[in-house]
Amino acid sequence: MLQQIEGSAAVAKAVAMCRPEVIAAYPITPQTHIVEGLGEMVKRGEVGSCQFMNVESEFGAMSTCIGSSAAGARTYTATSSQGMLFMMEAVYNASGMGLPIVMTVGNRAIGPPINIWNDWSDSMSARDAAWIQLFVEDNQQAIDVHIQAFRLAEAASLPVMVCMDGFILTHAYTRVDVPEQEAVDRFLPGFQPRQVLDPEAPVTMGAMVGPEAFAEVRFLAHYKQLEALGLIPEQAAEFREIFGRDSGGLLKPFDAEGKKTVVVTMGSVIGSMKSVLADMRAEGTSIGALSIRSYRPFPSEALRASLADAERVIVFEKSLAVGIGGILAGDVRMALGGLPARVYSVVGGLGGRPITRENLRRMFDKGVRDELEEPHFHDISMDVIRRELERLKSMQRPGPSAENILRDVGLVAAARTI
Amino acid sequence: MAAFEEGKHSQAIPSFGSERMGAPVVAYVRIDDAPIELYEPVMSPDLLIIQDPTLFHAVDVFSGLARDGFVLINTSREVEDLHIEEAVQDLPEHHVATVAATELAMRHIGRPTPNTVLLGALTALTDVIHFSSVIKAINDKFSGDVAERNVAAAQAAHDQAHAA
Repeated sequence: MLQQIEGSAAVAKAVAMCRPEVIAAYPITPQTHIVEGLGEMVKRGEVGSCQFMNVESEFGAMSTCIGSSAAGARTYTATSSQGMLFMMEAVYNASGMGLPIVMTVGNRAIGPPINIWNDWSDSMSARDAAWIQLFVEDNQQAIDVHIQAFRLAEAASLPVMVCMDGFILTHAYTRVDVPEQEAVDRFLPGFQPRQVLDPEAPVTMGAMVGPEAFAEVRFLAHYKQLEALGLIPEQAAEFREIFGRDSGGLLKPFDAEGKKTVVVTMGSVIGSMKSVLADMRAEGTSIGALSIRSYRPFPSEALRASLADAERVIVFEKSLAVGIGGILAGDVRMALGGLPARVYSVVGGLGGRPITRENLRRMFDKGVRDELEEPHFHDISMDVIRRELERLKSMQRPGPSAENILRDVGLVAAARTI
Repeated sequence: MAAFEEGKHSQAIPSFGSERMGAPVVAYVRIDDAPIELYEPVMSPDLLIIQDPTLFHAVDVFSGLARDGFVLINTSREVEDLHIEEAVQDLPEHHVATVAATELAMRHIGRPTPNTVLLGALTALTDVIHFSSVIKAINDKFSGDVAERNVAAAQAAHDQAHAA
């Protein structure tokens, strides 16, 4: 049924229709509305016998999820930013034990400086935690991919993060098609756990493993992710059959075939990009885009096949590996090794900086002229940075940089309005 | 929600900042016949609703406004008394309106929440959404007494803006 609702409400409805048995979550912006919505639905008795566990922290949330999933319950949670950092030890444990927990990440920057807005620093900090990480481009996909996530998690016996841009998607009211319960039930059968904590038949989950077998257990984690590379497109195809929509999958090209330049990105920014790139194509530029929907496992082969003939690849991401450049760009370079394409790394949208068609156009124009420096910081004010660097050099006690820069930006903004 | 009632696509994005009482806040809406894929902030609005005219002194609220755009201001004063001639003088006739939305909200709803009131006034200014759709949306979002009071407030604002 078509509804005009907030992204978080859409996710809450989708998760409820997946018939979770335990939800354990701790509120953090911008994910809070999702678990609040689910909490209300559970209280009204709309989510079957689901238990909503109020916990004292994110560490408690993920630890509870581990316990409930190990006991054979379909389990869900959500987090963002510092909340994810706080649960990180348990995040690794969940995947190490092969527990099919589904977690929404309302993508938000990690401080300091403290910042509630969107970028991908949080889920990127868990990119090596052996979870599956799926990115969504809009709120329809957010609904659809959550439904796929439970089935994928349980089929692969791996936990899945559904990453959606905080505020931009979680707080946007848009039109979405909320599926019928009957269709969701058809796609997603009941949870058949591969391992269950049972006092009658005790097992050790998370045994200590020494040097003699650790590498083999880790290889298995890698192998399971590679297996998921096969499952993800299969499930997206089955989903399309039942729901009639193209959601999920490994990656999605948008007019990328045969183009000299291809922009690679993830998440909601593809929407604005499509509009800019259509304009550029109309003016005769050979340029298209490709959205990566499964970040972990990384679809290296599918990416190689899509970009085999590209001359230039511009990787745009809302994440930064401080000290080297883009994180996604590194993965793309590794996947494209040996192919002719020159890969540019562009880092933008950090901490919620608006990514506009105007500033994207400027960057793409530089890109197709091979004028992007390595890495390129999108829409950044070098004046502000230069001023702070001078202060750091010239003063004995220049004070905290974040505060200095804030003061500068305030002055700059004020000067502009006069 | 009113645009959705009319079968259109719409997108509402609040712009969050430090949650302080009295701090300036911005929210954006796009309405289109086609699906909306843009998520950038609206930088050149066709329609501007100013909920608090004291913002004229703090922020350039008219920045990027379309040449044939509409302006709706929540104030009990007349446009002429707001000292914004420079910003609105090039707009077509009947494209600028004021409505005492907070007062109407206090009278009908009993709380200073001018949102639905301004939506009622908006439908008198432009036909981008129809008044009946606003009423439907209010009744979808609220029920009982709260819905009735909001509808009454929107109706009063619609009539007042029409008369202006």
